[in-house]
Amino acid sequence: MNWKAVFTIAKKDIKEARQNKSVWLPVLIVPLIFVVIMPVGLILGVSSATGAAGNPMNDPDFAVFLEKMPEFMSKMINGMDSVQSSIVLLLGYLFAPFFLILPLMFSTVIASESFAGERERKTIEALLYTPATDTELLLGKIMAGFIPAVLITLGSFVAYILVVNGAAYPVMGRIWFPLPSWYALILWVSPAISLLGIAVTVLISARVQTFMGAYQSSASLVLLVLVLLAGQATGVVYLSVAVSLLIGAGIFVVDAILMYYAVRTFNRDKLLASAA
Amino acid sequence: MFHVKHYKENMENTIIIDHLSHRFDGRYALQDLSYEVRKGEVFALLGPNGAGKTTTIRLLNGLYKPSGGTIRVFGNDPVIHGSEIRRQTGVLTETSALYERLTARENLMFFGRMYGIVESVLLKRTEEILQFFTLEKRADDRVSTFSKGMKQRLALARAFLNDPRILYLDEPTASLDPESTQQVHELIESISKQDDRTVFLCTHRLEEAERLADRVAILNSGKLLALGSLAELRGQFNPGLWVDIDLLHPLTKVVDFRMVRGVVEGTVEGQKARFQVVEEGAIPALISELVRNDAQITSVHQEKVSLEDIYFRLQTEVKEGQK
Repeated sequence: MNWKAVFTIAKKDIKEARQNKSVWLPVLIVPLIFVVIMPVGLILGVSSATGAAGNPMNDPDFAVFLEKMPEFMSKMINGMDSVQSSIVLLLGYLFAPFFLILPLMFSTVIASESFAGERERKTIEALLYTPATDTELLLGKIMAGFIPAVLITLGSFVAYILVVNGAAYPVMGRIWFPLPSWYALILWVSPAISLLGIAVTVLISARVQTFMGAYQSSASLVLLVLVLLAGQATGVVYLSVAVSLLIGAGIFVVDAILMYYAVRTFNRDKLLASAA
Repeated sequence: MFHVKHYKENMENTIIIDHLSHRFDGRYALQDLSYEVRKGEVFALLGPNGAGKTTTIRLLNGLYKPSGGTIRVFGNDPVIHGSEIRRQTGVLTETSALYERLTARENLMFFGRMYGIVESVLLKRTEEILQFFTLEKRADDRVSTFSKGMKQRLALARAFLNDPRILYLDEPTASLDPESTQQVHELIESISKQDDRTVFLCTHRLEEAERLADRVAILNSGKLLALGSLAELRGQFNPGLWVDIDLLHPLTKVVDFRMVRGVVEGTVEGQKARFQVVEEGAIPALISELVRNDAQITSVHQEKVSLEDIYFRLQTEVKEGQK
């Protein structure tokens, strides 16, 4: 395996993606919404809520959530007032699945650009005439999606820590975030989800002609995250450390199956046929 | 299929194609082709769109697995040793296939790294190549700002970057204006003279093949119609010369000039006469016959049978055969 060729492809694809507005705009805007606007809005909303009607703790659905909540979460908010509890539960737990949208979106948008985009612009043929093997080409393009997705997610996580702790400091009076389950989420589930986004994009790109087509098709994976969000909100699933590790492992298994299939079906012959 | 001449056995063949066939969706793109390409020659594959020229280049570089027959490039099978073969070849693709968001230098550096050229050597080579292709002043501009001719020069520079033993050129001047075409032709002539490099040229431009190629293979619908040097093809298909004669007045009677020794065919229309003769020696007898028939000749012009004549004759034969 020529790793130099793999990383040369990845580096080139990342450079190209950086210069494509359709790629970097969502990469800039979506984290801004999830990392800054939504948490700050929620903190301000909860802090300024007055009276029984404004307090989310008094919401009937939220009450169900509180009843079904596992013991480790009850212990966490034990001794907190209703505003503090609301902030911890909303931004520390309910918000967690939202955060998984980031690696998924980053990986699919860059992978779509890398696979379908290159075919769309008819630059793929020159790349296929280089000495790189099929596996090196595929790995290079996987890395092009994976490395930035993981790094930008980590960056967004660090920004989220600063924003959440900073904005909630007047209410909480201490640094309370991140909660332990977030480490599992960011370091284990997020890379798994990034790979999932890439694997699905690779498979879709073999059939879709354009960058936008590939991105839109693979973006439907967001449904998975919404299922997790609904599960957590309705009390069916709680993203504890153990559950996060388990979900991550499950996604990695799916990744491995999809990647195996992608490696087996990825070859120059098919790439040229679908580019024609 | 007419093989004009067998290859000299002592000459090294860089490419050997033996009974090669390739199918797409059950339809033959190439059918039972056999020929060799010699080291150091400019070999042109000539044919209309869809004749199988691009497919041949892809097969020779291991991008496709042939449906039948065998290929050897530098003695190796491209299906098994594609990576090693591609390391020693350069390909100018039909579309320039450049990364338009990157600069000319970034494009060359990327491909140089893909070919495994050591960084310090690559930096020097990139500078040399940019100068050779007169792109040094625009080296750090994005390719999207380049004209078609500049893009084609850069694509040619990329194909030449790894100092390839075989340079494949797929329609190198298609869609270029005459000035850019001239530049690209001069570059190809200059490249082909270097270091025993083999140039494999695919084109539908007959004058391009005539100007650049040592030998020509004519394809139609994946079948090889003819193979040989232009002189060999002339000898085989359309011997001799064309003689154009201008007359002061039209001839007053009908004369069958085929009776003159060495004249293959001829037409006289008004003050213009055109004859095909087997050799230059037949021209004096032809002129004598014209004078004997009261012709007053104002000019005589001779020209060799062109590749175009041969090409269209072969393509017409194929069409008539299909009817």
